[in-house]
Amino acid sequence: MRLFARLFAAVIVLLDAAGAMAGELDLSAVVAGEVRAFPHAPAFADQDDATLSPSLIFEPEAVWESESSADRFTFQPFFHADADDSNRTHADIRIANWLHRGDDWDLIAGIGKVFWGVTESRHLVDIVNQTDLVENIDGEDKLGQPMINLNRHTAIGTIGLFVLPGFRERTFPDARARLRGPLSVDSDLATYDASAGRGHVDFAARWGTNFGDWDVGLSHFYGTSREPRLIRTTKADGGVVLAPHYDLIQQTGLDLQNTTDALLSKLEVVTRTGHGDRFVAYVAGIEYTLYQIFDGDSDLGLLAEHQYDGRDESNAPATLNNNDLFVGARWTLNDTQDTSLLAGAVVDLEVGTQLFSIEAERRIGDRMKLELEGRFSANVASDDPAAGLRDDDSVTLRLSVYF
Amino acid sequence: MMFKPLVLGLALAAVLAVTPVLAETPQEKGRTIAEEADRRDLGWRDSESQLKMVLRNSQGETSTRELRLQSLEVSLKGYGDKSLTVFDRPRDIEGTAFLSHTKITEPDDQWLYLPAVKRVKRISSVNKSGSFVGSEFSYEDLVSNEVDRYAYTYLMDEPCGALECFVVERIPVYENSGYTRQVVWVDKQEYRIMKVNYYDRKNALLKTLTLSGYRRYLDKYWRAHTLQMENVQTGKSTLLEFSDYVFQSGISDSLFTPQRLKRVR
Repeated sequence: MRLFARLFAAVIVLLDAAGAMAGELDLSAVVAGEVRAFPHAPAFADQDDATLSPSLIFEPEAVWESESSADRFTFQPFFHADADDSNRTHADIRIANWLHRGDDWDLIAGIGKVFWGVTESRHLVDIVNQTDLVENIDGEDKLGQPMINLNRHTAIGTIGLFVLPGFRERTFPDARARLRGPLSVDSDLATYDASAGRGHVDFAARWGTNFGDWDVGLSHFYGTSREPRLIRTTKADGGVVLAPHYDLIQQTGLDLQNTTDALLSKLEVVTRTGHGDRFVAYVAGIEYTLYQIFDGDSDLGLLAEHQYDGRDESNAPATLNNNDLFVGARWTLNDTQDTSLLAGAVVDLEVGTQLFSIEAERRIGDRMKLELEGRFSANVASDDPAAGLRDDDSVTLRLSVYF
Repeated sequence: MMFKPLVLGLALAAVLAVTPVLAETPQEKGRTIAEEADRRDLGWRDSESQLKMVLRNSQGETSTRELRLQSLEVSLKGYGDKSLTVFDRPRDIEGTAFLSHTKITEPDDQWLYLPAVKRVKRISSVNKSGSFVGSEFSYEDLVSNEVDRYAYTYLMDEPCGALECFVVERIPVYENSGYTRQVVWVDKQEYRIMKVNYYDRKNALLKTLTLSGYRRYLDKYWRAHTLQMENVQTGKSTLLEFSDYVFQSGISDSLFTPQRLKRVR
C-alpha cells in the first residue's frame, strides 16, 4: 500500500507537469454501487450467510496526450470496498504507463493490460495479466501488470515483445466469503518455482496479423504461471487451507478466427510445459448472428464452443474446462440505450455439471449504466472442482455512474 | 461505420456538364453523373473530423453521441476507403473504436475495439441494413459510396432549393442492402448530394436524408456539415453535425490496422 501511495504521488506530480505543457489532459471516473445476492444458505459452516452483499467501486482515470499524439500517459487506479469479503476490499493500479507511438512501432512502459484471443467461453491464450478473481469468478477482470512492451508494425503483421517484471498474485475470496469452495486459499502461504519468487522476470512475444477473412495470432510465454496449483496445507494452528504454488511454465498459443458472412469460426490452442507433462488445450467454436430478427432492429448471436484441456491435474492446477460444451445466445437490441443480454450454459460432458450465466446491461440517460449478472449451477457432481460452489448461485446488480 | 464515405460518397456523382452527346440512355447518364462526382472528389488522401449525432425519437426525446473520424483514401481496384471511428460520448462507450476496410462489392472487413477489456474483435459486416448505434443511419448509409456499388438511372432535372439538380435513381448491387432503391438529388454545378430518398424492401419510402452546410476544402473537396435523416415510417430522426475537418495531415496507412486499433484514443 505504501508503494501504491508513492506511485500515486509520483503520478500526480507528473500530471501536474504535464498540465503545464502543451497537450491534452482528460480526467474521468466511474463510481459503481453493487449488490450481490446469494439466495441459498452457504454450503460450509464457517462461511458468512449474508444474503445481500453490497459494495462500492471507484475507478478514476487521468490521461495526458502530447499535442502530436506521439506520447500518452495514462493513470487508472482501482478501488473496491466490499461489505463482506475483506479480500474483495482491495486497491490496484490497473494502468499507469507511458505510450510512445512511432511511425511503425510503439512502446509501452509501466503498468498495463493486454488481451489476446478470440473465443468467448474461456480465454486460454490470454496470459499476460493476472486474474482479479475476487472481482468476478468469470475471470474477465484483470490486475495491472508491470511491463515493457515494444511493438513493431510491419507488412506481415505486428510483432510484440514483452518484458514482464513483477509478478501479481491471483486474488481469492477471504476465509469466510462465498465463492471460496470448501477450503479457503491463504495467499500468505504462496510459494514459487522461481528462486526469485515474485521478482522473477517473465517474457512474452506475439505475432498478430490478418489476411482476407482470417485473423491470426501466435504467441509464446515464459515465466511464472498466472494459474496457481492449490495445495492442501495444515497450518500451525491446525487449520486446513489451500496454499497457492506458482510454477514456472512455457506456453505457446495460437488464436485464429475466420469471418465469413455472419459466421465467425474461432480457435484458441495452447501447449504448455511446467505443469507436469506437456499438454494441449483448446477452445473451438462458432458465433453465428441473425440480424434484424422479427423485422426489428435487434440481432441474435448464437454461440457454441467446445473446451478441451489435456492437463494431468496431479501436477497442474485443476480446471473446470477439461471436456465441456458452451452454448449461448447474445441478444443485442441496437436501441438508443445499447441494451444487450447474454445467456449461456457450460455443460461438463464427462460428469454432467451445468453452469448457467446471464448478463444484461442497459444505459440509463447519458451517464449511467445498469448491469445484471446471474450465475447458477445445476447437477453438480460431488467430485467436480465446481462442487464447492454448488450453493453459491448469485445475482449481482450494478449501477455505474460516469463522470 | 465509415463516415467519410457518407460525406464523400455524398459528394458523389458526376457528368461533365459537357454537352451530352447524341443519344445517351438514362442508365448511361445516371452513371456518368456518379462518375463525375467521384472524379471531382479524387485525391483528398486523408481526412479527420469530429461528429456529433443527435438521435431523436417520435416523442422528441434526444440522445447525443460524439465521435471522431479518420479516413484514408484507397484507390486500389475493388477496394474502397479505410476509416476509423472513435466514440467520445456517451461516457460508458468512450474509447470504443471501429475500423473498417471497405470493398466495392465484397463484404467489408471490420474490427471493433472494446477499451474496458482491451480487446480487438473482428466482426461480421453483413449487417449492412442494421441501425448504426441506435440511429436512423444504417451501416450502408455511412459506408463510402463507391461508384460501382450501384446501378444508376437518370430520372430528370429538378430545382433543389436555390440550385438546379439532377435526379438519379440508384439500385444497390452489393449484397444485404435494406433498400430496393434510392433517389438522389445532385446539384448540377458542383455535383454535391443535396438529398436522398431511401425505399425499403417493400419499395415504400422509408427515410429522407437532407444535406446542408456544404463547405469546400483545399479549394476542391466539398463536405456537408449538417445531415438530417428523417424516418418517415417511425417519426424518428437523426442529426449529424460535422466539424473540425482537416485534410491531408499525412495519416499513415499503418494506423488503419487492427493491431494498432488498441493504441487508438
